[in-house]
Amino acid sequence: MIYLTALTAIIRRELLRFVGQRSRFLSALVRPLIWLVVFAAGFRAALGLSIMPPYQTYITYEVYIVPGLCGMIQLFNGMQSSLSLVYDREMGSMRLLLTSPLPRWWLLLCKIFAGVFVSLLQVYAFLGIAALFGITFPPMGYILALPALVCSGLMLGALGLLLSSTIKQLENFAGVMNFVIFPMFFLSTALYPLWKMAEGSPLLRDVCAYNPFTHAIELIRFALYMQFNGAALIWVVTSFVVFMIASLWGYNPAKTMTNRKMG
Amino acid sequence: MSKYALSVCDLSYAYATKNALKNVSFDIPKGNFCALLGPNGAGKSTLFSVLTGLVQSPDGAVSVLGHDLASFGRLARRDIGVVFQQPTLDLDVSVTENLLYFAALHGISRRRAKPRVMDALDRLSMGERAGEKVRNLNGGHRRRMEIARALIHEPSVLLLDEPTVGLDHETRISITQYVHQLCDDGITILWATHLVDEIKPTDHLVLLHHGQVLETGRVSDVVGTKDLARWFSDQTVDA
Repeated sequence: MIYLTALTAIIRRELLRFVGQRSRFLSALVRPLIWLVVFAAGFRAALGLSIMPPYQTYITYEVYIVPGLCGMIQLFNGMQSSLSLVYDREMGSMRLLLTSPLPRWWLLLCKIFAGVFVSLLQVYAFLGIAALFGITFPPMGYILALPALVCSGLMLGALGLLLSSTIKQLENFAGVMNFVIFPMFFLSTALYPLWKMAEGSPLLRDVCAYNPFTHAIELIRFALYMQFNGAALIWVVTSFVVFMIASLWGYNPAKTMTNRKMG
Repeated sequence: MSKYALSVCDLSYAYATKNALKNVSFDIPKGNFCALLGPNGAGKSTLFSVLTGLVQSPDGAVSVLGHDLASFGRLARRDIGVVFQQPTLDLDVSVTENLLYFAALHGISRRRAKPRVMDALDRLSMGERAGEKVRNLNGGHRRRMEIARALIHEPSVLLLDEPTVGLDHETRISITQYVHQLCDDGITILWATHLVDEIKPTDHLVLLHHGQVLETGRVSDVVGTKDLARWFSDQTVDA
């Protein structure tokens, strides 16, 4: 019960913050919508997509990239949470969290859950707008995508947490954009399938195949069509566990991530 | 059951090459106000980080009401309230929401926490500001609020790291008096400061300098008839 009390409080706080920052919500929606409306419109003629699982027929490029854009929302949200953790640490409120008598692993997990909750609101708002553009999925797919989105959100949240434990200052966060977000996004199946990538470079295809974000997207893609991708789930869960363990190590007081001059 | 609320034994801590704390030892009897006096850079904030479990020291031991911080951290932290030197408030939510959030981190539900929040705010004459955003409060009110927050879970030990920094004289005195009164309720206080006018002759004193405890005991016993400010200056002057 004590654990749940803390969880709901942390989610509530994250929501209050999110509601208070309308620009964050708008930018979270505008970013994928630009990709969907502008980028996909431009590339639909250039990128022909053959029948491939989970699709039963030929699909338009807009339909193909929607799961990738859902992943993109979660990726950016995970990094936003990471930024917010670094900010919390610089402003001191992270100290408050870590002095709670609850176990540190649970508090950090709560932070990730809170981020996932916010990202789910963004993803479903995006899917709603995509539906207005005529890009729809089977009704049951929207429901079955929820656990897939939770899994991918947890994995990306844990990655954000791990990054926050290594970033010493807020100013260093720009590096995360260049060295984490962009490579993860572009070296994945968000914008093009693996076979298409293999046509250009087999090496890049292999890199994409080992990118956990690729598997997060595939998990969401299959779930949206009411199909289960077991291999993708294993990849996502394993990555989550690895990122989480590394994050906990990063936030271990004995290792002293906060080992900075304090006065 | 230990007769000490807080015991620090042979504690050391180092930042890379710099020793921030060197074999620090002291005990604070229950219900006492203990002033941790030291100039800037003495190691007070580092000591607070260790006492609150933010960092762990491989050397030495800390116990809170007999609970070893390293082995029984959760039990120990449950009995500690903390006011950090650096403000730790969420500026964009209300005073009440900030306090309820903290209560929840100690496992206290909103229903149980609400009367405690109002009570804590009333005691600090902050009841009328409960619904205001923290951003609209002045420095003194924010500090009072942080003290109220640290008391929400009814801790036995209250740690305050230079809580009056940046406040005007009147507010400083008012907060210092309020925290002294908390000892009457049986709460043990560790108050880090470099300002001697916040310390009473009946207080317990730990003098920290260059990470080492130079003196510990009741102020009147340690300082005797000397002026505390002069004594502090003499003790901490670097040759």
